[in-house]
Amino acid sequence: MSRVRDNYENSRFRRLLRWINGETDPLEGKMEMKPLREEELKGESVYDPDRIDRARVERYLDDVERNTEMRAFRVVYRLGSVALCLLLIAALLYAVSWMPAVGDANAPANNEVSQRYVEQGLEEVGAVNMVTNMILSYRGFDTFGETCVLFVAATCVIVLLRRRRDDIEKAKETDWKYEPKPDAILQQVTKVLTPVIFLFGVYIILNGNLSPGGGFSGGAVIGAGLILYVTTFGFHRTQRFFNEKTYDCVKVGALTLYSITMIYYFYTGANGIASLFGTGTAGNILSAGMLLPINIFVGLEVACTMYCFFALFRRGGM
Amino acid sequence: METFKIILLIFLILCAISVSLIKNYLISVIVFMSYSLVMSVIWFLLESPDLAITEAAVGAGVSSILFFVTLRKIQALHGSEGEEKDEQSQG
Repeated sequence: MSRVRDNYENSRFRRLLRWINGETDPLEGKMEMKPLREEELKGESVYDPDRIDRARVERYLDDVERNTEMRAFRVVYRLGSVALCLLLIAALLYAVSWMPAVGDANAPANNEVSQRYVEQGLEEVGAVNMVTNMILSYRGFDTFGETCVLFVAATCVIVLLRRRRDDIEKAKETDWKYEPKPDAILQQVTKVLTPVIFLFGVYIILNGNLSPGGGFSGGAVIGAGLILYVTTFGFHRTQRFFNEKTYDCVKVGALTLYSITMIYYFYTGANGIASLFGTGTAGNILSAGMLLPINIFVGLEVACTMYCFFALFRRGGM
Repeated sequence: METFKIILLIFLILCAISVSLIKNYLISVIVFMSYSLVMSVIWFLLESPDLAITEAAVGAGVSSILFFVTLRKIQALHGSEGEEKDEQSQG
């Protein structure tokens, strides 16, 4: 008889019922829920009557046997969350089923605008890479806005996470303690890899008007290379060639030059971006007018932003 | 090629589901990283190599590193306990 009872207690249905009734917490003891440091570690008395009272009240509130409101809330909450999830999945799948198939000739994206970009792009702007034609020339205003968004995001991170100067001085002493110990394999691999990564990033930026990629991708690659160098050799060695002053100069300089270019572009009626230097021979790196300088500016901006995010998250300064 | 695409898509869905189910944060971030790598291969197969480069650099590289740094800051990674003790004994 007891075996039947045990089988019932462990059955899937009974477990689901217990979960719905809120008798067990399925995540208890399985999820990593490590709290931040407890207050009592700082030497306060353990026998705090207020805290004991609070604990008692909380225990009562969590006791679903007596607290019927809590039990009803838990049932509604759990069933509601599952229903909401399923509803959201169904709605999204239904919406996707209305989208045109990939490569459909009648899709709304294949209208006369994109046709003009494809047919006239090479002639009007002069870059072989059609995507660069589009995002830096025809849709230059959007890309300029995106770069400004990156600048604002980096500024917000600096405002939120930056430490005071004496805090950084203090952190410098403990900086190596938190780093993994200088690892011979990692350092040798980084010594070989970092120049290749930087070179690849520069290649992507400079060939932005010829091959896939451009300012954003190349800048992200260079930023990732900088982060790899910092994690291996620490901030002390990186500050020899890239400190906060360099960061300010490069970032603000790139954005200012980019703005001046875009002002010229808008002033000449939004189709003069190629006319300053002419379109040149399609297929050369030095072609397509202002697209190459703009790619370089975007790349510098993105690389600085990536590195800035990492440095501020890591130690609150550069 | 079709089979390869289907295998990649299945792997993508498995990664996406398991990220939310894995309870160890470190493994979860690494699975998220592999999700980004598979996604970049899929971008390449969908004939947008510039997106593939960006996805590999940003999705698999920088954002995972930011996750690691944040996990370390909130002391949710394994092995941070020893350092905590060091800090307390010295300071």
